Amino acid sequence: MIRYITRRLMFAVPTLIAISFAIFALLDLAPNDPTGQLPLTIPPEVRAQIRESLGLDQPFHVRYAKWMEQFFVNEPLNLIEEAFDVEIGDSSARPRIRSWATRSPVVDIIAERMPQTLWVVGLSYVVGILIAVPIGVISAYRQYSWFDQIGTFVSMVGFSVPTFFTGLLAIILFSVMLQWLPSIYDTTHEVTDLTSFWVQVKQMLMPVMVLALYNAAQLSRFMRSAMLDNLNLDYVRTARSKGLRERAVLLIHVLRNSMIPVVTMIALGVPTIFSGAIITEQIFRVNGLGQLLIVAIQGADIPLVQTLTFLFAVLIVLFNLIADVLYGILDPRIRYD
Amino acid sequence: MKLRHSTPLIAMILFMAACAPDDAETVPEDTVENRHLNILYWQAASIVNPYLSGGTKDIEAASLVVEPLAHYDDNAGMVPILAAEIPTVENGGVAEDLRSITWKLKPGIVWSDGTPLTAHDVAFSGAYCLDEQAGCAALASFTDVAAVKAVDDHTVRITFDVAKPWPYGPFVGSLTPVIQREQFQDCLGARAQECTAQNFGPIGTGPFKVDDFRANDVINYSANERFREPGKPWFRTVTLKGGGDAASAARAVLETGEYDYAWNLQVEPEVLAQMVAAGKGQVLMGFGSQVERLMVNQTNDDSNLGERRSLYLDGANPHPFLSDPAVRHALSLAIDREVLVEAGYGDAGRPTCNVVPAPSRYASVANEACKTPDPAEANRILDEAGWVSGTDGVRAKDGTRLSILYQTSTNSVRQATQALVKQMWDAIGVETELRNIDGAVFFGADPASPDTFQKFFADVQMYTNNFQGTDPEVYMAGWVCDQDPGPHNQWLGTNIPRGCSAEYDDLVEQLSTTPPGDDRARIAKRLNDIIVQNHYMIPLIWRAAVSARSNSLMGVRMNPWDSELWNIADWHR
Repeated sequence: MIRYITRRLMFAVPTLIAISFAIFALLDLAPNDPTGQLPLTIPPEVRAQIRESLGLDQPFHVRYAKWMEQFFVNEPLNLIEEAFDVEIGDSSARPRIRSWATRSPVVDIIAERMPQTLWVVGLSYVVGILIAVPIGVISAYRQYSWFDQIGTFVSMVGFSVPTFFTGLLAIILFSVMLQWLPSIYDTTHEVTDLTSFWVQVKQMLMPVMVLALYNAAQLSRFMRSAMLDNLNLDYVRTARSKGLRERAVLLIHVLRNSMIPVVTMIALGVPTIFSGAIITEQIFRVNGLGQLLIVAIQGADIPLVQTLTFLFAVLIVLFNLIADVLYGILDPRIRYD
Repeated sequence: MKLRHSTPLIAMILFMAACAPDDAETVPEDTVENRHLNILYWQAASIVNPYLSGGTKDIEAASLVVEPLAHYDDNAGMVPILAAEIPTVENGGVAEDLRSITWKLKPGIVWSDGTPLTAHDVAFSGAYCLDEQAGCAALASFTDVAAVKAVDDHTVRITFDVAKPWPYGPFVGSLTPVIQREQFQDCLGARAQECTAQNFGPIGTGPFKVDDFRANDVINYSANERFREPGKPWFRTVTLKGGGDAASAARAVLETGEYDYAWNLQVEPEVLAQMVAAGKGQVLMGFGSQVERLMVNQTNDDSNLGERRSLYLDGANPHPFLSDPAVRHALSLAIDREVLVEAGYGDAGRPTCNVVPAPSRYASVANEACKTPDPAEANRILDEAGWVSGTDGVRAKDGTRLSILYQTSTNSVRQATQALVKQMWDAIGVETELRNIDGAVFFGADPASPDTFQKFFADVQMYTNNFQGTDPEVYMAGWVCDQDPGPHNQWLGTNIPRGCSAEYDDLVEQLSTTPPGDDRARIAKRLNDIIVQNHYMIPLIWRAAVSARSNSLMGVRMNPWDSELWNIADWHR
């Protein structure tokens, strides 16, 4: 297993370098401009000077090499320095990746955004799983019952109705008409006591539920079909004929076997938590990583877009590996060595 | 087994029912919440330093903290802020030869850290922006500035390379505030980019100071207790939240009442009217110098021309039919501007026939006829000029058809306007093909892209432009003959229609030496008339800045000439 993991990790290096190059080249080709959002009253010569001050006048390969150095050498060194409170070399002379819009280190902005994204999007993922698994199990066990029909309907709705619609609907209903929940997420809110916790719950409720519905819809269908595949197998009949209770048959034998593909699927979906739910974050102004990416793309903030997308690429490669390893652990029939 | 609990759903419903609405708003006068102001900018601020800003959002966010010597007020006049008075030739503040201006600071102003504001801070702010490596966004305000020097602790003199009849570029308006020398002294030139702490939390003289800045998200401010006006600001704390879109920002003020003020609400008029009907807030309009106009290409944009496409070439590359004044006149006559306003702007727009619609001293009254559309007259003019209808209903002359490619940026209001104009032009036998380009590309000025408004690879294009401050000199000087965009100036020329008139160039020359007064106004009006009577530009709509405030918020004076938050110290409930 260890050998397998090391081999996969070594393969990941060229993959990631190729990805970073592809992202950089694509962003460079995109007809976008960091001074595009300035008022039209700012004359072109001034814009040209701003671009120059951002280093945009340098050739492609120089900019790429600089980014590589900053990302793979300077930023990790900086992280080590901050973590252990030491100074390695002359750290003030080491350029960091800076956003063009904020002129501040990209890594700091990302770190600032992490909590709200993990809380809102991460929680919605957990809630989605908690809803999806029971629904999937019951739907499969009682196939074609009214519960299954309703479950199918709800998941079809959750699957096909986009979050910008359900989100807006929720805002109109709960914020505008009923005035129960805030429509704008306060990222600076701190939970200190029960009242402020309640405020936090209220402001998280809508974005989390809207996203959870969407996540649950996909997963519950997957769970249901995995259950159905197993329910008709011989080992289930054997278990029943041994006289096992139905609960044990279902929850111990069938569920555990059906979970193998579902767990893989869940692991593969984890990177999407980090990439945030771009649209949902935008609607509720959660201002996490997804919103950060969108703002950066609109403002042609290339260093930020580049770094964010590359981090997502790293996560995807990593969780693909984790999914494969998990698969091997859960299913003893699979061996990698 | 019994599996009857669809628990999560039920739990969710019960939970929602438990979130009962908060108690009715019986907040006493002086609670913390009451003295807290919530502002919503759907474009989030990225930086709190206007000199490095990437857009209006950043400039306005900074205007609570750092202040210029003078602001433009809501009537396009000037009010001294850090300066004791506005220097003029009459009071001796502006030199007779118009080559320098001397500002005197109000005595006794201190920064929020307690140190006194001096003329050296002003001089430093000038040096900061003028540094070539800084990439200063406000550099245009410092055009022709030779030096900014402190004469003594309370006097600063700005000298110019040329006679400057309008010397109010530097330090007037929120784009060019005074920053603290002590704080920014290590941030000159290329180092400006690296001063994150300074750029995120400048020390200012304004009514508020930055407590917490989260880039592209939210800023928390608290009152500057050293603010020079006693008892102000009324609000103790301010939150400026960003993100989302214009429609939901309007909703947060007008329908849910969560926020007190929302900025830049370009929303369809009927949607906005519906939100206002909820009765929680009001919409504010400020008519500045913004005009949505058609640019009429005077050069040939035929794609077969290759490198010569849309180049002026000293008049050697005229447009096949838009170079005919009769066609341009007819295109303008056919447009019913009232219909465009109604469909896309409502109260936030007015029909206009001028490219300089305000301030009133510069607004021409010679072109009002265009407000009455006259397709019959347009048809007559085209007939007379020899453009006759073909079998397909499109007019043509000598094999040249009146077929127009009409481009603009992607935006639902603009696309609706395009569709309406297309219909109006159909009625006079002009065929129109519509095209829209993403704003970031269209306005992006990338010399490699064929789709920028400067390249103008189309016959007609539409967008809004305005001028900084209240004086149109720089703006109008951009439309002289030799400002035609092309490879010789990296496509950065500002005469987008590529129209050329000797009289216009002469008048621009005159304007640059004429001090404020009747003569200056007369020349500016004439310049406007030349542009619109030649129909190089066809003005359509005079656009207002649109914002919204909650009913409880008082003291807001909507200002289209400066930061909308310019008088936030006076806001109260």
